[in-house]
Order: sequence, then C-alpha cells, then structure tokens
Amino acid sequence: MIEQLKTDFEKILKISNLAKKDIEFKKNHLNKFIESGFPGRKLENWKFLDLNQIIKKDIGELSFYNDYSVTNKVDTSIFIDGLEHNKIIFINGRIEKIDFNYEDENQIEIFDAIKINDKFVNKNSLINLNNAFRNKYYKILVKKGYLTKKPLVIYHLTNEKMKSKNINLRLDFELEQNSSLKLIDFFNDSTDKNFMNILYHFDLKKDSILKNYKIDKSLNKNLKYSFNNIDQEKNSISETFIFSAGSKYFKNEINCNLKGEYSSAFVNGIFSLKENQQHEIRSTINHLVENTKSYQLIKSVLGKNSKAAYQGRIFVNSKAQKTDGYQLSKTILLDETSEFNAKPELEIYADDVKCSHGSASGSLNENSIFYLMSRGLNYKQSKELLINGFMLDVVEKITDSEIKNLIKNMIGLKE
Amino acid sequence: MDTREKDIENLKDYKYGFSTDIENIKAPKGLNEDVIKFISNIKKEPQWMLEFRLNAFKRFKQLKEPNWQKPKYPKIDYQNLYYYSAPKSMKDKPKSLDELDPKLLETYKKLGIPLQEQARLNGIAVDAVFDSVSVATTFKEELTKQGIIFCSMSEAILKHPNLVKKYLGTVIPTTDHFFATLNSAVFTDGSFVYIPEGVKCPMELSTYFRINASETGQFERTLIIADKGSYVSYLEGCTAPMRDENQLHAANVELIALDDAEIKYSTVQNWYPGDENGKGGIYNFVTKRGLCKGKNSKISWTQVETGSAITWKYPSCILKGDNSIGEFYSIAITNNHQKADTGTKMIHLGKNTKSKIISKGISAGFSDMTYRGLVDINSKAENSSNYTQCDSLLMGNKCGAHTVPYIKNKNFKSNIAHEATTSKISEEQLHYCQQRGLSSEEAIGLIVNGFCKEVLQQLPMEFAVEAQKLVGISLEGSVG
Repeated sequence: MIEQLKTDFEKILKISNLAKKDIEFKKNHLNKFIESGFPGRKLENWKFLDLNQIIKKDIGELSFYNDYSVTNKVDTSIFIDGLEHNKIIFINGRIEKIDFNYEDENQIEIFDAIKINDKFVNKNSLINLNNAFRNKYYKILVKKGYLTKKPLVIYHLTNEKMKSKNINLRLDFELEQNSSLKLIDFFNDSTDKNFMNILYHFDLKKDSILKNYKIDKSLNKNLKYSFNNIDQEKNSISETFIFSAGSKYFKNEINCNLKGEYSSAFVNGIFSLKENQQHEIRSTINHLVENTKSYQLIKSVLGKNSKAAYQGRIFVNSKAQKTDGYQLSKTILLDETSEFNAKPELEIYADDVKCSHGSASGSLNENSIFYLMSRGLNYKQSKELLINGFMLDVVEKITDSEIKNLIKNMIGLKE
Repeated sequence: MDTREKDIENLKDYKYGFSTDIENIKAPKGLNEDVIKFISNIKKEPQWMLEFRLNAFKRFKQLKEPNWQKPKYPKIDYQNLYYYSAPKSMKDKPKSLDELDPKLLETYKKLGIPLQEQARLNGIAVDAVFDSVSVATTFKEELTKQGIIFCSMSEAILKHPNLVKKYLGTVIPTTDHFFATLNSAVFTDGSFVYIPEGVKCPMELSTYFRINASETGQFERTLIIADKGSYVSYLEGCTAPMRDENQLHAANVELIALDDAEIKYSTVQNWYPGDENGKGGIYNFVTKRGLCKGKNSKISWTQVETGSAITWKYPSCILKGDNSIGEFYSIAITNNHQKADTGTKMIHLGKNTKSKIISKGISAGFSDMTYRGLVDINSKAENSSNYTQCDSLLMGNKCGAHTVPYIKNKNFKSNIAHEATTSKISEEQLHYCQQRGLSSEEAIGLIVNGFCKEVLQQLPMEFAVEAQKLVGISLEGSVG
C-alpha cells in the first residue's frame, strides 16, 4: 500500500501546480499517514469496527489517484423531488456544481483558496490522508443575520470510473452572527468498493443555527467515513441527524466544541442495517463553558449478520458548571447473528451538572407482537409497525418540519 | 464527645498508620529467577509450584506494562522492590497461637482483628496475612469438622496439592495481563478455601491483609473453591502503615463455583491513601476474577474502596454455567489526591445467565474516579440479561467522575440495560436536613449513606457497620 500511496502522490504533484508551502503540508501529512496506516482495533476509538481489516477484506488494494481534470455528466434524475433546494454536487469527489439559486447572492460567499484550519482535537490518520490527497476545497460563508431560505443539499455521487478508489473531500462552513443554514448530505452511490473520506468543519458564531441531516439510504458496497467538527460560540445551536443504512461500512464522527455559554448540540441517529453491514456513530461533546446543553438519541434496528456500534462521549470541563448532558441509545436485534456494541462515556470535572446516559439492547417484545396480532395484523405487519414506531421517535426530533416529512417519506415511515 | 465523634477523632489521621518493629527476613532486592527460587525454597514448595512460577516469569518478561488506565503513576522500578518479607519469628512456624510473637499479636489487636477470644464471640474465622506470610488461622478445628479447608496458600500447596494443582491458574492463567502474571511468578501467601459438596459454611471466613515492611510489594494469592451445592461468604480487609514512598499491592483472587454453589466475596479496602498532598500511599492493582463453572452457580462481589493512592481493579465474573448469576456491588470513595479506576466485567457464556452491577462513586477534593466496565453477552448466551446502574456524586469542582462502560450484545434473545447519572448533593437536600437540626457534615453523611445504601445492604453485618463509618470518615473535611 505504501508504494501505491507514494506513486499516486507523485502523480498528483506532477499534474497540479501547487505552491511550495502546500506541497510541504501535503507531504508532511502523507508521511504521517504512512506511519500509522488506516486505523485499526488497536486504537481505542476503532476497537469495535476495525477499518484497516474491513478495507483489506472488502476492497483489497486501494488506489489514491483521481483524475479531477475531466468533468462528469450530472444525472438530474437523482435530485430530490418535491423540495426546492440549493445544490452542491460531488461526483467521484470532484465538485461539479455549486448552485445557490434560491438565495440572495450577496449574502453567501464561496472561497476556494483559504488558510487551512487544522486544529482539530480529535486527530486520526484519516484526517492526514484527507489533507494529503484531497482536491482543492471550498469554504462557504453565510453572512451576518442571513437566514438561508432553502436547504442546501450536498449530493455525493459516484460513477463507473470509480473502482477500488479512495476519495477525499472537505468543506468548511462559517455561519456568521445570527445566521442559519440547513444542510442535507445525500448519498447516492452507483458503484461499489470505494472508500470515501469526508471532512466537514463548521464554525458557528454567536446566535447561529446549523441543521445537518445525513442520509445514507440506497444500498451500496462502498465504505465511508465522515468527520464533522463543529465549533460553537455563544447561543448557537447545532442539530445533527444521521440516517445510517445504505453503505457496507459507514462511520460518522461528530465532534462538538461548545465554547460559548448557552450553546447547545443535538445529535440523533438511526441505524437500520441489513445483511453484513457494519456501521458506527461516535459523538464527542465537549462542554467547555457554563450553561451548555447537549442531547443524543441513537436507535438501531439490526438485521442478519449486521453490526452497529455507538460511542458517545460527554466531556465536562471544570469550568462548565450547570451543564446538561443527556444520552440514550436503544437497540433492537432482529437476528441471532446481529451484534450491537456501545460505549457511552462520561468524563466530568464539574460538580453542578446533570449528566446521564442510558443504553438498552434486546429483541422485539413478543408481547407487543401478540397484542397487535390479536387485533388482526399478521406477524410481518406487527413487526414492521413496531419497528417503525421505534424509529419514528428519532425522526420526530427533527425540528424542521419540511425536512422531517421528506425524511419520513424517504425512509418509508408513516405516522 | 459522642461515640461517632470519638470514632472520627480516632480514625481521622489514618488509625492504621502505625508500623511494627519486627525483624524481617527479606528476599534479596530485585526480580529475577533466583528470587523466585528463593521464595519457593523458603516456603518449601514442591517442584511443580516452582515451575508454575518460572513459567509465569518467563511470560512476564515479554509483557509490557499497560497504560490505558485513567490514573497515571510514575514508573515503578520492579528491580527496586523486595518480593518477600516475613517476620523472623515465623521461620519455624508456631504450632499454636500462644507461641506467636507477642508483638505480632499486638499489631493485630491494634487493628481490631479478633484473633483469639474475640474471634469466637464474633464467629468469624480469620486468616491474617502480614506482609508476605499468613500468620494464623483461627477456628481451624471447627471448620475441619465439616470438611472445610481454610488455610494459608503455602499450607495448601503442601497439604492439599491436588486441589491447588487442579484449580490454581484456571481462572487467572499465568498468561494473563502484566500484574496478574507478576503475581503468578512471585506470590507469597494468601488464603485458600475449599468448601466440600453440599456444605454451607457456618461462619463468615475472613482474611486481613497488612503491609508492614517498607519497599515491599505484597503479592497475595487467594483461591476459593465452592464445590457442588455449597455456600461460602468471605470477607477481606486491608490496611497499611503510612509511608512516604508508594507501595505496590498486586494480588490475584480466583473464585470457582461449581454446580449450584454460591460464593459471596466482600472487600473493605482501606489501604493508606497517601497524605493530603498525594504523597505516598498504596498502588492497589488487583486482579479478581470469579468463574461460575457449574449450572445454577452464583458469585457476588461487594466492595467498599476507600483507601489506596491508586485503585485499579475490576472484579469480574465469567458466567460459564447455564443459569449462573454474577453480581457486583461497589462503593468507591476518593478524596484528596486519590485516584480510582474500578468496575467490573460480566462475561456471559452460558444460557439464561444473569448479571447485575450497582456501582456508586463519590469523589471529593482533587481526586479522580472512573467506573470502567464490560458487559459482554456471547452469541450462545441465550436469554441472558444484564442490568447496570452506575451513579457518581461529585463534591467540589476540582475532582472528576467518569463513566466508561463497554456494552457488547451478540445475542438477540438477551437484554442489556445500562443507566448512569452524575450529580452533586443538592442544596435542597442539605437545607432540608439542616432545618431539622443536623450539622452540614452530618447531613452530608446521611445523604451519602443513603446514596450508598443499595451496596451497604449487601455487606455482612459486622462489615456494614465498619463500612458505614468509613464512608463518613473518608469524606471528612471535603465539604467547606
């Protein structure tokens, strides 16, 4: 793999004319990645699902070179129906289109050459990989006091050119004071056996609101890793919803730094896994100042041979008095071969706090099924009804009613 | 002064902090094969035991000291420790209590250990371990009548080699982790209990551990075997004198419960915690593991951890037999600069196995407390269930309380429920108590005892009283 990394890296350097400083930066990160390789079970955070092994088993040899000079055709049929939205379209990791048609163009700015913010608390070798190999990246700025009218949908698409490839992409967002942004990540892969490494950085200024919905629904055999770093100032709110169902492997990492008083972070997620899928969510909420709040609800429904893991960490600094931190994970195991692992973690250094976590896992309640069957439903219907109700709980947490209905329709939940 | 105040006065400055001047026989300083041979030789051990030790040592040399735990400590120089220290007068073992060194007896008297008459009144059989050798075992005759073997480990190796050979190292093998393997190589003494088939042990069995000599590590090894249908309740208490340097305590405890047997193991650990500035104190790195080998067996751990500079232990249950039950009740209190990383592991292998974990952590001063636990339900462990509750109480904003549970469910017919909360004593509760005439210290004592009640209830009578006092004393001065 190391040879492949080096030759692919040289290829990229040849065709792109980067500044000397940038080359140094990339080289540095490449060397760091070569040193540590893909993260595996020896690292605490990767204990439950070993990415290194999964890549070896599912993809084999990865290649890291992508030709970003050719444009790809955008297939408009995959666009989300019945929702007016702005678009960013990635095909094979290349940005084909950025379109903010519904917004006031003076209120949104897009930068392409920006100083890299690299000061993440959670470092792992995938971030190094991202730094070394990604194409140029953009920063989107929502100006002071501007509330975006329509949601922004980021399409993550692939086409047949992709085979055993690694894609690295990154976007930065800055929400100025009193602004808001609704963001939907929509994954629709049509090819198999690729590894996507996605990195988002959000900078939330005072009183701003971010809503991020990640929808991975269509079945595919790709592996994905997504890392969201969210820095929050006073009074800001971040809401993250993850529907994790389509990919072969998907790990979502959310890292929230509550740096301003009265800021709050919500992370909700659903795992709905079928045969042989392995998914994970890891949320880290850092309560750094007084009067901050966080809430996490994760529900999983696990089918045959599937495996899900949830690692949720709440950290409370000694200054962060009056913190509220609440976390709950619930799981239904549908088959004898399904497996759920959880590591809810509390690390608390302040005394005037209210923090709790709960975790429960088990099978569907036979009594409830009996109840429904005695009222005329068959076994399959009863089971579906119960599972739908179980998942609906999380979807109901979505605060934007338009998107809530869209997601309900998308994943086939009826009220 | 009422009695409570007197108790506090007595215990405030670590009552057990005296040391006894007794001539000691020590093994040469350092850790090597010669020292292990020396230990084995002085204890007149058979060849197989020496081989067990040397095997463990061979393995130990390949192991690295773990460092994933929360409390960090300065590197221990394993070559700068004495691995064997025994009072000189023990060399020719006394035949009865009357022949014991009077100074030793005095030490135990100060500790409040009932060796002679007191023992009979309390109805507790005591085996006391002083540094590295077991001093005396009371109530031997009465236990022998029932076929119960309760003696020191060294004696068991000589007198009951078949039992020891059969079970030693079956729960904690010589190939285990760093500290357990170190113990397997150099363990000095400890208790051995065998309860024969169908016997309910008529009294509580108890061991008392004390570290006296300086620069020694204490490595005791306890093995308890409950044969089919038997029952035993075992108590363990620990103290150590005040010293400036840190002392290492790395014990191994193995429990084996066969069909329908039940073992109840209670610990009140009150090793010297170091002074207010965190100087000195015991490193308590203990490996405790129970194996529910037979059907319908049950192992229950209860611990009250108030001492030690660093406590790092996870009493565990391996639920191998069908319908077996594992329980873990824990109170851990840290004050000043103490650190604790404790919890349990429940490994469900058999069908219909059940486990319950109740953990209460209280941290005050500059201390740090971590609950770390594992619940692992194997794919074959049908209809198993686990319930975990871990609550933490914080006093002040210089201390920390952490919860790190690992939950693994690989069986869809099994249920796991886990709950954890962290909070402080509310102003309202304090106000309510103070309104009714309690001082703030008394009020806190009352609230904390209420917080711990679920665990204290699990302790045998005599221990519960002591533990309740300890809880109060450990938190002395933590509320300003």
